[in-house]
Amino acid sequence: MQTEDTLVLGGHTFHSRFILGSGKYSLSLIEAAVKYAGAELITLAVRRANTKEQESILDFIPEGVTLLPNTSGARNASEAVRIARLARELGCGDFVKIEIMRDSRYLLPDNAETVKATEILAKEGFVVMPYMYPDLNTARDLVNAGAASVMPLASPIGSNKGLATKEFIQILIDEIDLPIIVDAGIGRPSQACEAMEMGAAAVMCNTALATAGDLPLMAEAFRQAVEAGRKAYLSGLGRVLLRGAEASDTLTGFLHD
Amino acid sequence: MITVNGKPEDADGITVTALLARTGYTPQQVAVERNEEIVPRAQYDTVMLHDGDTVEIVRFVGGG
Amino acid sequence: MDNRFFVDSAHLSEEALRRKHALEQDPSCRTDCMTYLPGMEQISPELRERVLTEMAGYDYSRYTGKDVLRALQHDRCTIEDLKAFLSPAAAPFLEQMAEKARLETRKHFGNTVYLFTPLYIANYCENYCVYCGFNCYNDIRRMRLTAEQIEHEMQVIAESGMEEILLLTGESHAQSSVEYIGEACKLARKYFRMVGIEIYPVNTEDYRYLHTCGVDYVTVFQETYDVQKYEELHLAGHKRVFPYRFEAQERALMGGMRGIACSALLGLADFRKDALATALHAFYLQRKYPHAEISLSCPRLRPIVNNGTIRPLDVGEKELCQILCAYRLFLPFAGITVSSRESRSFRDGIVKIAATKISAGVSTGIGDHEQKYTGKDTGEGGDEQFEINDSRSFRTMYQDMEQEGLQPVLNDYLYV
Repeated sequence: MQTEDTLVLGGHTFHSRFILGSGKYSLSLIEAAVKYAGAELITLAVRRANTKEQESILDFIPEGVTLLPNTSGARNASEAVRIARLARELGCGDFVKIEIMRDSRYLLPDNAETVKATEILAKEGFVVMPYMYPDLNTARDLVNAGAASVMPLASPIGSNKGLATKEFIQILIDEIDLPIIVDAGIGRPSQACEAMEMGAAAVMCNTALATAGDLPLMAEAFRQAVEAGRKAYLSGLGRVLLRGAEASDTLTGFLHD
Repeated sequence: MITVNGKPEDADGITVTALLARTGYTPQQVAVERNEEIVPRAQYDTVMLHDGDTVEIVRFVGGG
Repeated sequence: MDNRFFVDSAHLSEEALRRKHALEQDPSCRTDCMTYLPGMEQISPELRERVLTEMAGYDYSRYTGKDVLRALQHDRCTIEDLKAFLSPAAAPFLEQMAEKARLETRKHFGNTVYLFTPLYIANYCENYCVYCGFNCYNDIRRMRLTAEQIEHEMQVIAESGMEEILLLTGESHAQSSVEYIGEACKLARKYFRMVGIEIYPVNTEDYRYLHTCGVDYVTVFQETYDVQKYEELHLAGHKRVFPYRFEAQERALMGGMRGIACSALLGLADFRKDALATALHAFYLQRKYPHAEISLSCPRLRPIVNNGTIRPLDVGEKELCQILCAYRLFLPFAGITVSSRESRSFRDGIVKIAATKISAGVSTGIGDHEQKYTGKDTGEGGDEQFEINDSRSFRTMYQDMEQEGLQPVLNDYLYV
């Protein structure tokens, strides 16, 4: 490739296409996870503080990594907006990943509320990255609402079940001009690779790493898988030989001159 | 009485800075909401808390 | 060899001839074709700029058979694939393209083929488009049908069984006002279940008005997307304003129309670039207005009254077939109309591959349907826009399509 392959989100340029989640594992592993995953974006959550808790997760995140606070815990647009504003007040830039769940069993995102929150926060200058169920009409609404990317789920969050929504994610990739970042449900590097081959702009993972036997090693595996998938996408996938007979009649035999 | 992160606290008439110091938070690590309005960090010394206020103190934790 | 477009008529006054020659020979006598005229609505140029930029960067000599083979393997045709399909390198793969296009067409449209007929209600024109039979300097019999005459024509056509009609006029605001066209559309709604128009481009408000008169879709041919060529071929009149014409479909959709059609007139300029621009014009419109129904036409240049030598140059049937397969693969959901400019054998073949709509019982003249349909001479009619090639009647076409194993559909639409 002649030009450098970068991911641009809200005017910020990234070289890595792997977004790292920081939940469900110890703070002491974050640095290694970031390093082996080559991550430049890391998600965080905002929670009520406990008193006398002196350790801050921010102290464990290496310099130069962009923070992507999420709005987990929000059940509607106004709660998401409130959390996003608090996150910005915590002093970590303008990125926000909108997560609105009205369902505690499957933790599926509420697309309609997500569109509302996106519209409000985009107007306030946030770089809005909404997590959503892969629906084309919602994705178009998110574009119009000012989102910086669209983050469809691959399968239920935390399930490690892989690209259950593949066909629908492909439609978003084909039809939406914003970066499509596959988020939630990716459980294996091969699934991340496949998402990238499909043309996803990036992949985000948390549970797949948090539940791996050796977290830094799995982080490295994801980095390599995402890079491989990206290169395959950029190179233009090769042909697949089809089985089946050639038509015996020519279709174009009627053409003159 | 005021409510801090869901718990009652006898903090009528003190500043946000005083509340954080008394309860043991590091001001640089938290964001503060009073009655669902964000209190900017620069105003911690001047914003007074009053009876009936609801205060939320939040910080970053790990999350996906 | 290029077409020779300029024809002088003995009936033109000396002054008119002088003006005509000046327009033809001296570019400084012509207006700037990129400047909107007073009263022309301006909308965002974003779509136009995207299409023209993509077209300008299209070097079709760069593509090889390998690119075409790779494109043939893709489930979804990218813009790069489209460029490969339109390149000369795709010529040896025409049969494979046709096979893939046939599958896409059947996937989206089943084995249906839609039938419609055009009805020209006036041939007055204020433009000087050098290749067109209606151009203002061409010496032809001009005519504008009255409401009674329009209704009579519609009755004759409706009796043949046709349910979809496309109303056309020459481009004269003075002779064929928006209100005149609107009244014709109201009449058409009485006799047909689907009404389209192919008239001069108008502002959003006028499209909105015409929609209330019963029009569902708007066809505008850009003729060529090559601005330089456009300037040399459209020497005078409103049509000379390239961007206003380009944006007509978007204004039509903003005015509430259900569908639009785009087209280049193949043979005027570099057909590969024009085909690319046409497909992208439709593609970006669909992206921006996802609810809109999108279709494409693919006319080639035809001889006209007083100039029987006009030819589509390097766009033969094979090239046209290649273009239509490329359109189908790139826009699998789009309607594709093939007009009576093409031969019977071509139309019978292409409906099995890529086309979804064909005209039947066609006259491009004015007020002569009864004569053409029944043989009864009703007196003087207005001259034709171009010579048609396939003159099959509605009934013959219907039967022929059935014989080809296709299901002719007259209308699948409930008016809302």
